[in-house]
Amino acid sequence: MKSHVWRPLFIVLGVVLLLLAGQLFLVPKDFGVWERGYMYSWHRKGNEAEWQKVTVKYRTVAFCKDCHREKYDDLRGSPHANIICENCHGPGLNHPKDAPTLTIDRRRELCIRCHARLPYRASGRWAIRGINPATHYPEAECVMCHYPHNPKREAKR
Amino acid sequence: MINRRGFCKKALLAACGMIIPLSALELFDPKRLLAGKGDRGKVRWGFLVDTYRCVGCGFCVKACKLENEVPYDAKVTRTWVERYVLTRDGVTYIDSPKGARDGFIDKKISLGEDGVKEIRDEDIAKAFFVPKLCNQCDNPPCVQVCPVGATYQTADGVTHVDRTWCIGCGYCIMGCPYGVRFFHPVYHVAEKCNFCYHRISKGMKSACVDACPFGARRIGNLMDPDDPVTRIIMTERVVVLKEEYGTKPQVFYLGLSKEVK
Repeated sequence: MKSHVWRPLFIVLGVVLLLLAGQLFLVPKDFGVWERGYMYSWHRKGNEAEWQKVTVKYRTVAFCKDCHREKYDDLRGSPHANIICENCHGPGLNHPKDAPTLTIDRRRELCIRCHARLPYRASGRWAIRGINPATHYPEAECVMCHYPHNPKREAKR
Repeated sequence: MINRRGFCKKALLAACGMIIPLSALELFDPKRLLAGKGDRGKVRWGFLVDTYRCVGCGFCVKACKLENEVPYDAKVTRTWVERYVLTRDGVTYIDSPKGARDGFIDKKISLGEDGVKEIRDEDIAKAFFVPKLCNQCDNPPCVQVCPVGATYQTADGVTHVDRTWCIGCGYCIMGCPYGVRFFHPVYHVAEKCNFCYHRISKGMKSACVDACPFGARRIGNLMDPDDPVTRIIMTERVVVLKEEYGTKPQVFYLGLSKEVK
């Protein structure tokens, strides 16, 4: 056969070899089929560790209570005991270093997440004491009358 | 010289050799035996949502967005809470303004571009809240459609997206029957809930579970029969979303109503 027939074939072969060589360098070593088989677990194994390394921002009450014992004790014996500090004050992260000051959110919008009265008997909302935000002292901050760390107690002024 | 006896012996041997199937030999592959028991490891994360307890405060959504660095004001979220309001004349209203990031603070139901609708208290037949998140399916369709191997399932059953590997084709976003996937506005790759993998691997709970004051969200190990979450899933009446799709979701719901999709 004449060489003009072979020439394109050599080019195609060259391209294929180039792609294979490229794959050798570009695809990470830990890329392959892992525990759950080819259909569900064909991936780069190292990525699992990357997801585990994400910084924890919500440190939970266990992190806050050592320094803010007083507030923790107030909260513990109150109907608000199940609300973690960070829900209202924002993520602790590395407080007091990385988040030197945390939010003290006095807006009504925070309290009425639970305490705006909604007539939904099928949900837990119905069991919560609620108000109509439009008529219940609309100009006031809730904390003027209610102590958020223990709503059963008088507000601290 | 072959005699009749020898011929019969050899023919029988050859026939026996031919009928031993290859699969019979594979029975001794230890990996297959392990897989047959359905035991992939010691941990399989599962989630339990108690819709009776949910009050629609949205602290879970707030915690999720902050914990997982999903841009706070972008219209995307890994988890959200839906409000279902069914009227006496048989209409179902479903809304989730901002994914309930700021909770449900009034009776006005968001109708999207059509504004809001306020339903009179006496017209409500039933109303409730349903938190949603990734179901971490045992047969994840989102993983099957990924052409590059950027999304995958770990041995403990959590589906991840490899941000360095995702090409942003969006097949997985289309493939998820639950609509839990979206494009991350910063990284421009597919993004989804991963049960806060960085927290559960450290022995903590997911951020939404910690943030929920009412115990409406719980996470546990389905491989451990003594796990309180697993015990509820095994002994109480739980359902999963869109069972007919065969995705085998691992997020179980207590108190779900038929209107929930």
